[in-house]
Amino acid sequence: MDMILQQTINLLQLGSIYALLAIGFSIVYGIVRLVNFAHGDIFMVATYSFFFLSTWLLTVTPSLYVVLFITLVLVAAVISFLAVGIERVAYKPLRSAPKVSVVVTSLAVGLLLQHLVLQFIGPTPRRVPRLVPEVQFHIGKVNIELYQIVIIAVALFIMLLLSLFIMKTKTGIAMRAAAQDATAASLMGISNDNIVSIAFVVGATVASIGAGLYGMAYPIFDPYIGQMINWWSFTAAVLGGIGNIKGAVLGGFLLAAVMVLSPMVLPVSSYRDIVAFGILIMILLIKPSGLLGKKTIQKV
Amino acid sequence: MFSNKIVNLILLVLTAIILFVIHHYQIIGAYYLQIAQYIGIYAIMVLGINLVNGYLGIFSLGHAGIMAVGAYSSSLISKYVFTDPVFFPICIFLGGIVALLAGFLISIPSFKVRGDYLAIITLGFTLIMKSVLQNLDFVGGARGLRNIPANTNIGWVFLWLVAAILLVRMFINSKYGRSTLALHEDEIAAELVSVDTKKTKVVVFGFSAFLIGVSGGLLAHLLSFTNPNTFGYVMVSEGLIMVYLGGISSITGSLLGAGVWALLVEVLRPLGVWRWIIGAVMLIMVMIYRPGGLAGGTELSIKGIVNFVDSVKKRIGLKPESTFGSNGNSGKH
Repeated sequence: MDMILQQTINLLQLGSIYALLAIGFSIVYGIVRLVNFAHGDIFMVATYSFFFLSTWLLTVTPSLYVVLFITLVLVAAVISFLAVGIERVAYKPLRSAPKVSVVVTSLAVGLLLQHLVLQFIGPTPRRVPRLVPEVQFHIGKVNIELYQIVIIAVALFIMLLLSLFIMKTKTGIAMRAAAQDATAASLMGISNDNIVSIAFVVGATVASIGAGLYGMAYPIFDPYIGQMINWWSFTAAVLGGIGNIKGAVLGGFLLAAVMVLSPMVLPVSSYRDIVAFGILIMILLIKPSGLLGKKTIQKV
Repeated sequence: MFSNKIVNLILLVLTAIILFVIHHYQIIGAYYLQIAQYIGIYAIMVLGINLVNGYLGIFSLGHAGIMAVGAYSSSLISKYVFTDPVFFPICIFLGGIVALLAGFLISIPSFKVRGDYLAIITLGFTLIMKSVLQNLDFVGGARGLRNIPANTNIGWVFLWLVAAILLVRMFINSKYGRSTLALHEDEIAAELVSVDTKKTKVVVFGFSAFLIGVSGGLLAHLLSFTNPNTFGYVMVSEGLIMVYLGGISSITGSLLGAGVWALLVEVLRPLGVWRWIIGAVMLIMVMIYRPGGLAGGTELSIKGIVNFVDSVKKRIGLKPESTFGSNGNSGKH
């Protein structure tokens, strides 16, 4: 029982991070129909910005929560600019090009970001400073760290905020319209370019908050972290049904469940990837368009 | 004028003689020979990837896993079964056959699953393969397989490459090739005109896997070792980059993509990390200014070159307007 509760906490913690990253994938995909393979490396740059900014801020003010709040906001702003810049320079000229050339461009952007960081910051692994005081709660034999609660709470808060934004605000309605039919939306006076930029801003903001939370749970990172994160969050997004935000959240938690629970059942932990991907393939064979994905009707 | 076939044959024999002379008298250093072999091996792999990702139009990420299957099985055969170097081509061929079976396996999900969802399944195959190899002790686990006989030389690479090019050409002009192109355009429409879509997918995935497996075998016998980490995310990305850089649905494009990317990475090697930065920027530029890749879906042919020269001559006023023979500047397949 204690074991299960402990693992549930771990699952929720990992799942909220995966969910946030998968949301970034899905929002951009829903609007531009682009699998943005640079997403993981944008996450990596966010982690570095988070590291440098929080290290510097800690020398200015001793209050951890103030530092945490300021870094989350500032990093989200910086990374949003980066993402929109990338979109304007690299993806926008390819609006009418074949889908795969944009995918390859996004791979190249990821490669570029990764090696720019390698060149100018270096390959040494770094450690994100702790921004949440080390407090532990004990429920029976279960250990819950304060940072775990912060991760889950912040992630849930962001998801709530996002769903309010998408469902209630005028911009959110415009985004949903553009996702449904970009041409019709532009005839209704919705600027397509603006919507695309907003999608990238939202994706980058969510990714950089995800980076901040990831840093609390797994403080050691290096420039190669983006690639792993990239494929895992892409998997989570696809699993839930790419383009669907609720699906991304579900996919994130499901992926985390597979990752956390399979070592419990398996004799050897190194079989984890085999089992995780085996289960994912099974799910996709049964539900070919993801868990919550709409079945698309093909027309000739 | 000569017919296309004779010209092709002459070019082929000439290249073979030049390669033989270079190899035999060691005109260029071992380093350059190594790069040439890399390019040849990558070209075979890219031809294989192009069959599925280009001609068939299915976005697959399984090539790294298939390459691992080919590399490991041919290495095991040449290490333990046919140890004599005489049997080297048979080892490579058998490695390709094992990879072909893996290709059949991957083609099964493609009957039902489409697009990005299929991409995840194929990516899953690659990662499962890597993980399985890391956990199998008799193939060396995570350390990999060592002391594979280094039988690959420029001659074998050249022969396999020529064979691959001819096979792909024959395949595209065959009944299955036509079905493949029809499937690429529109799957439902193809099915309506009674193309057996399932059979076509199985055949294309199998053939593609055979070529990728052969390239894996050649690579393992060139380096004389192989380990699971070679066939991970990096190989997936690099394979995709080479295919789309060269241009999909084109043999010329496959050769160009492999050649340009491998050369670029080698030429820029002294620059250290900068080479990846420059390489990535150049890739983005190519994609923006030539979204269809360098070859852009066309093939290089004698006729195409003649037509191009004619059209240039006409434009600068060297040749009077002719009514036939110069209606395009390159031969589309």
